[in-house]
Amino acid sequence: MLNSTARPGNGMTPARPRSRVRLPGSAAFWFLIPAIFTLAAIGIYPLLLALYNSFHQYKLADLASGTPFIWFDNYIATLSDPSFWGALGRTALFLCVTLPIEVALGLFAALMLHRTTLPWMRAIARVSLVIPMATTYAVVGLIGRLIFNRQFGVANYIGGLVGMPPQDWLADPTLAFVSVMIMDIWQWTPFCALILLAGLTMVPKEAEEAARLETPRWSKILWHLQRPYLLPGLTAILILRSADMLKMFDAVFTMTRGGPGTATEFISVYIQRVGFRLFDQGMASAQAILLLILTIVLSRLYIRFVYREAA
Amino acid sequence: MNAPSTQRASGDAALPGNSGLTARARRARAARRTATGWHFLGLLVVFLSSVFPFYWMVTTSLKSQAEALAYPPVWLFKPTFAHYVEALFTHEVGGSLINSLIIASSTTVLSILLGTPAAYALARYEFRGKEDLWFWFISNRMVSPVVLAVPFFLIATRLDIVDTHIVLILLYITFSLPIVIWICTDQFRNIPVELDEAARLDGASPWRIFWRINLPLAMPGIVVSAIFAFIFSWNDLLYALVLTRTDAITSPVAATSYMSGYELPWGEIMATGTLIVLPMVVFALLVSGRLVQGLTMGAVK
Repeated sequence: MLNSTARPGNGMTPARPRSRVRLPGSAAFWFLIPAIFTLAAIGIYPLLLALYNSFHQYKLADLASGTPFIWFDNYIATLSDPSFWGALGRTALFLCVTLPIEVALGLFAALMLHRTTLPWMRAIARVSLVIPMATTYAVVGLIGRLIFNRQFGVANYIGGLVGMPPQDWLADPTLAFVSVMIMDIWQWTPFCALILLAGLTMVPKEAEEAARLETPRWSKILWHLQRPYLLPGLTAILILRSADMLKMFDAVFTMTRGGPGTATEFISVYIQRVGFRLFDQGMASAQAILLLILTIVLSRLYIRFVYREAA
Repeated sequence: MNAPSTQRASGDAALPGNSGLTARARRARAARRTATGWHFLGLLVVFLSSVFPFYWMVTTSLKSQAEALAYPPVWLFKPTFAHYVEALFTHEVGGSLINSLIIASSTTVLSILLGTPAAYALARYEFRGKEDLWFWFISNRMVSPVVLAVPFFLIATRLDIVDTHIVLILLYITFSLPIVIWICTDQFRNIPVELDEAARLDGASPWRIFWRINLPLAMPGIVVSAIFAFIFSWNDLLYALVLTRTDAITSPVAATSYMSGYELPWGEIMATGTLIVLPMVVFALLVSGRLVQGLTMGAVK
């Protein structure tokens, strides 16, 4: 177990030569059809239904008045609703603040794991990175509630050691936002670290040794030698994390439920509230479709920049 | 925290003894030791910050309620398993763990059954629209659960399958099937195509070539993708929250059910958290070498 993690790469090694021959496609059809049919039935059909509902009035609490066709009213209402834009803006702000921190800390960890000294210590640190990534998102939120508790939270204790007065983290809008950020950084920095580490291991050994003889400054080596190898990973992080932020629900829900007020109500939390606590399915469908469009744009970018040479 | 400084101190102390070395070699050696000291400190920070919240959860689950709520926090205590007993039997977290187990393993098995033939076809055959199919699979990974949860709730209500295992299994296939296809395609590509050729010359059918030759050879990749499918299904909260009520609740939903009332039973909450997370950490360690591949669906390697 430890060995397999200590090995550099293992699934992250440079692309192996791929053997593929041209075969007639008729057998391929039968291999593919069960998967395609299943995904279409449970992935595409509900989206079509959402599209249909988004053009209708569909309030679960008021089904007596029927579900009339109302053209683009749900979309117009959504796009002119400040709380929709608020949730989207909050999500963007969260992304813009959290992602650079995660990348910076991840780069730090990757550089630490890439150095040649202290091999077994590196192996332990590398294995420890798996823990945050494997922690169930909902439980991350629960741990956050425990750590940032007003009365007995360990965050206040650690803050007190460096002279910070105790805070009521989850009751203050800004601090609640920061608390959610810290838990997100805890969970996702290892992901950035491992992707960047994979990039670092692609740098040819000889080139790196030569560079180390040339200059003792790690920042120079990073900028001139390692940077090009890190860029593909960085693009992947950027796009995948953006998509993840649009999905972010579990940890926020268990930690703050979007509160206090709407301070941590990100886009998925907001749509969930509209659909399942305000019971307006028509409106929630319209919002879900808008979110889907945003996601498709993102995944197009992902294909464009990350999968250029694949497939 | 004081380990690197002692190391540096011992490095300094060693210097006078090495009077035989030239001043330059001595300085280089001292610099190397300092660098190693910083490296040690850096790795320690990486290790402590990744482990601490997890450590805090596990230790809180083993503390008595008074110790869990103590301020300043208690670091040394006598562990008790009382919270685990309470969570499992009084709060019926046990039942939700069984639900989670049933749902996650069914999802995994179905995804493997549906996904491996598709992955094989993607790896071995050329056909029109293949690129578009790949794109479709990736976009499934990126869709927010809330987008599907909204319409699926109405479908499930109409079919009267709310609060059943089936509804969650179906929904979890939307993200686990693409993962299986993705990882296994890569695996099948690494199997020499000459094996297929030889079998075909012997008159074996495409299905037989797939089933008897390729599938056994692709086992490592299949196991890895199965573990990922299991972890992702196990970890979901949103779908389960929306589509279960009492009978089919999964363990993340059970963990959120404590969140009402004033005096929260933190020991029990953290015991529940540990029960949910610990198996996944073990699983993730098994596939840690390919964790990044699973999370990016093979993009970065």
